[in-house]
Amino acid sequence: MELDKINETELKLGKANQVVFSETLQELAANDTSIIAVTSDSRGSGKLVPFGEKYPNQIVEVGIAEQNLVGVAAGLAAAGKKAFAVSPACFLSARALEQIKNDVTYSDNPVILVGISAGVSYGALGTTHHSLHDYAVLRAINNIVVVAPADNFETEQAVRHAAALKKPVYIRLGKKEMPFLNEADKTFEFGKGRVVREGDDLAIIAIGETVYPAWLAAKKLENELGIKTTVVSMHTIKPLDTDLLDRISANGRPIITVEEHMVNGGLGDACASYLFQKGSRNPFHIVGIPDEYTVTGSQVEIFSHYGISEEGLFNQGKEMMSQYSK
Amino acid sequence: MTNKELNLKSVFLRKNLLKYIYIAKAGHTGGSLSCVDILNVLYNRVLNVNPDDFKNPNRDRYIQSKGHCVEALFVTLADRGFFPESDLETLCQYQSHYIGHPTKKVHGVEQNTGALGHGLPICVGEAIAAKLDNKKHRVFTLLGDGELPEGSNWEAFLSASHYKLDNLYAILDYNKQQITGSNKDVMNTDSVREKLESFGWAVKEVDGHNLEQLEDALNSGAFEEGKPNFIIAHTTKGKGISYMEGVLKWHHGVPSEEQYALAMSELNEMQALIS
Ligand SMILES: Cc1ncc(C[n+]2csc(CCOP(=O)(O)OP(=O)(O)O)c2C)c(N)n1
Ligand SMILES: [Mg+2]
Repeated sequence: MELDKINETELKLGKANQVVFSETLQELAANDTSIIAVTSDSRGSGKLVPFGEKYPNQIVEVGIAEQNLVGVAAGLAAAGKKAFAVSPACFLSARALEQIKNDVTYSDNPVILVGISAGVSYGALGTTHHSLHDYAVLRAINNIVVVAPADNFETEQAVRHAAALKKPVYIRLGKKEMPFLNEADKTFEFGKGRVVREGDDLAIIAIGETVYPAWLAAKKLENELGIKTTVVSMHTIKPLDTDLLDRISANGRPIITVEEHMVNGGLGDACASYLFQKGSRNPFHIVGIPDEYTVTGSQVEIFSHYGISEEGLFNQGKEMMSQYSK
Repeated sequence: MTNKELNLKSVFLRKNLLKYIYIAKAGHTGGSLSCVDILNVLYNRVLNVNPDDFKNPNRDRYIQSKGHCVEALFVTLADRGFFPESDLETLCQYQSHYIGHPTKKVHGVEQNTGALGHGLPICVGEAIAAKLDNKKHRVFTLLGDGELPEGSNWEAFLSASHYKLDNLYAILDYNKQQITGSNKDVMNTDSVREKLESFGWAVKEVDGHNLEQLEDALNSGAFEEGKPNFIIAHTTKGKGISYMEGVLKWHHGVPSEEQYALAMSELNEMQALIS
């Protein structure tokens, strides 16, 4: 791919990924009556009010009962429905974890779990409403694809691919409007990271809503310091794109990972584990939410507090490059 | 405090919770207005809690299971002297402990809540401990009606009667609405009384905006010896503000400048009526 195509200077702003999820699901449902949305008083936050109005026979509401939500979705899937269980990621991946483990993945009922307002999207509603554990717990469960799309394109693709896959999938979505990344690349496959910026000096491997600040930091590193950075949207954390990790690590450059998740057990750990075991010794740093009482505030405030920002990632990249070139 | 003063306090607390929601530009307005009379009665007539001795093991426990209505709780605690009211100007701001759900970082809050369906089981544990230690204090929780379908509540309903926890009081803020719509449309929980009685609870029904009825129910001792107590408080979501009452969007709607002014003038009228 030509560098000037991929290294765009301006990005076009899109919608919130969870809006695109709902729009895509409506498109799919128009031609497929086996699509069923299952909600737990969550259709408003899941942007599914129009879905419910258009397809009243394709939505099952269980009330505020997330365990029941996932169990019911498993039953629907067992009976041949394409069940999308939609609930805030915090409750879906914690409250209903045993249903995910036993009734969905272990029993191989192909439910698509859609975790909305994920990570710290709920900001000042606090820890009860944050999902900073979902990658970690789901990575430790067999038979589930774990995806966090970065932009509207990846979201639409993830929803379409999940509907076709006939395997358990967890799709993690945020509620902030996201810009389109690398519009020249229209390929999408679960388990294949998307390179959204290219450069040989440094790499930032990001996921979900952190890809955009990573992209901004890469642009700033290039403009201000001439540091050329590859940025990856590693939308699928399980299975992980190890081929891409091989490619990125090959020249020994520093690697930063960044995620809207606790630093324990998420994308950074997944990459580090793979790279270390295969013997790579790239300078490596995990950016995420540390193992502490999470600072309070909005998503943006929490992000910048922990360096999940253009500024924070710029500084991290700059520091690693100066260490590395010594 | 006279009954009249208590009624005036309900108006004052309504004004305050709207004020801080308005400043924060965030909050659970409808549900806070629905439960604020219950909180007023609890903190000013029922609970044996003291801001200067909050860790006293003999204090009554209040754990707010419907944690999203934290604004009602915070203004009530501030009024009872647990912290300066001006602290609430930082509600939901960067690094403030006054966030959108109850946390123990705030003086007077018993437990961190916000995920629905957690308060009652913790109360069952507190109530069992009180019995084991021969303590006389009581344990209270406040449940939302939309919250009822959480399975953990029904597990705890069973445990509470199994352990004959007549020191436990669960108050249902029965406003018949949740986020998506009415309880009836979202998940029907009709016949709550019969359901709870069949689970071995003693049940009373009150008008959840009538302070005397609330006080009677909460201060008359165990309804039946050896049974946990369930109070169905019939309430209205958005109570006290004409354009909010029973209107779904006020679940977490934040008033505009005009709406805020209108709400305040309605509450001023109510205040004048009582005085
Ligand atoms: C486990 C869990 N699921 C979902 C939510 C999101 N949520 C917050 S409030 C609410 C509706 C609550 O309705 P209700 O209990 O009737 O409260 P009220 O009407 O008193 O505000 C929902 C779904 C939550 N806080 N916790
Ligand atoms: Mg309700």
